[in-house]
Amino acid sequence: MTGNRNRLINAALKLHIAACVIFIFAPILGSFVFSLNSDRFPSLPLGHFSTEWYRLIWEDPFVWAGFFNTVVVGLIVAVIATVLGFGGAYTDFRYNFFGKNIYLALALLPPTIPVVIMGLAMLAFLSRVNLSGSTISIIIAHGVMCSPFAMAIIRLRLSQMDPDLEAASWNLGGNEWATLRHVIIPFTKPALFAALFITMAVSFDEFAVAWFVSGLNETLPVKILGFLQGQVSPRINAIGSLAFVSSITLIILAQMLLRNSSKDKS
Amino acid sequence: MTMHMNTDAIVKLDGVVKQFGTFTAVERVDFEIGRGEFLAIMGSSGCGKTTTLRMLAGLDDPTEGDIWLDGERVNGKATWDRDTPMVWQSLALFPFLTVQENVEFSLKMRGVGKTERIARARNWLDKMQILEFADRNISQLSGGQRQRVALARALVTEPKILLLDEPLSALDAHLKVRMQAVLSSLQKDLGITFVYVTHSMSEAFSMADRVVIMSRGKIEQIGSPQEIYHAPRNRFVAEFLGSSNIFTGRLVEKSGDDWLVETVHGRFAVTASNAPAKSLGDAVTFTVSAENMHISPGGGDTPGIRAKVVGEEFVGATAIVFLETETGEELKVQKSHVELTSVNLHPGSTLNLHWESHSCHVLPGE
Repeated sequence: MTGNRNRLINAALKLHIAACVIFIFAPILGSFVFSLNSDRFPSLPLGHFSTEWYRLIWEDPFVWAGFFNTVVVGLIVAVIATVLGFGGAYTDFRYNFFGKNIYLALALLPPTIPVVIMGLAMLAFLSRVNLSGSTISIIIAHGVMCSPFAMAIIRLRLSQMDPDLEAASWNLGGNEWATLRHVIIPFTKPALFAALFITMAVSFDEFAVAWFVSGLNETLPVKILGFLQGQVSPRINAIGSLAFVSSITLIILAQMLLRNSSKDKS
Repeated sequence: MTMHMNTDAIVKLDGVVKQFGTFTAVERVDFEIGRGEFLAIMGSSGCGKTTTLRMLAGLDDPTEGDIWLDGERVNGKATWDRDTPMVWQSLALFPFLTVQENVEFSLKMRGVGKTERIARARNWLDKMQILEFADRNISQLSGGQRQRVALARALVTEPKILLLDEPLSALDAHLKVRMQAVLSSLQKDLGITFVYVTHSMSEAFSMADRVVIMSRGKIEQIGSPQEIYHAPRNRFVAEFLGSSNIFTGRLVEKSGDDWLVETVHGRFAVTASNAPAKSLGDAVTFTVSAENMHISPGGGDTPGIRAKVVGEEFVGATAIVFLETETGEELKVQKSHVELTSVNLHPGSTLNLHWESHSCHVLPGE
């Protein structure tokens, strides 16, 4: 089944999709093009091709510091969020208990809270326990925000599992820990990796909460805001392009893992 | 309670009850399973047969009563500490492991070294005639091949007992018959106990040494297929087997084993051999199996029951004719096609049904 039978409707639908994609990606593409343009201001006609702005950010220690913070936070957050998400998802898969719906609602709540509220709340709480303004505070805040994503992905995978598999493993001599290690984790492995990549991408791009709690240990998105407040520099285009490429790579990797895993679910 | 553990019994269930919340899945079950016996537990869905099997496996714990396995009381003993492998209705093969790794699994869980593990797994794959698929993924196998993997995986530890939960229900009819033969000969060769849960009478009766019929958490009858078929204990079993006509009435005359029973269809002579003691006026329920019914053109004052033909079902060399009496009860007659040509079998036509008194079986449990 490809397309609509009416050719006019078919063409209009295709045009609609194309328009959506263009609206979403045009600014990003623009930023990419201007990052390679020699002119100081983003205007047409374009100047000549230049990697000047990339060279500048390459040589800027502040950008490097921000990038370093982002990567460290992203890696640690990905691991913490995936472990927490797996725990949440497995609890849901395995147990029935009083108040389970409330438990699920709470576990999946963080992404629905406006980030400004979340950031303020985190700042208020973390400063009270003397953790604000440190890298740990960003890790804690991002861990809270990212684990629901991991939990959603892993829950989806567990829902594809024949519940008899776990009981079969117990019956064949595997105790609960051995079964977790030899059956549940191998079965959810693609989702675990997908969760690692997606939570890393979410942490990479997250600005608002990080801005509230980061203090002097700014991540890259917070740095970018700093640049914008001072002056409009094409360096931002260069940083933005790099950030986009790394995020989209993580998302595509996660998608590929999830797609392959749902094929061999039987 | 004192235990009289039959030395020949490998399993003993003693007053076993299983409740899930307020729902009673199994209501006081007592029976023994002999060493090397092929026992089928049969019943419709929700009768407690699978729960009974899961309690033997250690996947559910009885609420009351004791389960003895090979002389040891196993209440509360985790399934991974027992050697009671199960073949699942869904097969529950691990999709992320190869065929051989699936079979190795329980050896790996028990800490058997790699070399020995592989040798034993391959030996079982060979016995089940699927060695050539050892390195395949489960998704690349046919239904029958998967069945063999599931059997090899369960038997690789050489257990004393194998539990099977409707293992053939997903197979095509012709494969089912083939796998029944495989299971029967496997059980005889290994000499181990098979406990086989099914809702299919043909599976239970063709393979099992003894059959347990359950309904609503209780045992209705235990016996060999022959015993159950020829002498159902009560109305439930007779109806469940579906091959008999059931009549209820009162005992009006009695001379030794020769009884006369008055029913809505008239008075019938019943040879009550092996029947429980009854006195005049007692309710009597007896069955006549469909193949022992005789059929003749209706009309006149031939003795027997007059009934209208409502339909006919083709069963190989025979046919089952369904008829309805004037009082609205359904009766059935199973005859060869040759015998049926002598009567007028159009739907709506009236026929006469009769039988010999010695074809009657009095239900002792009614």
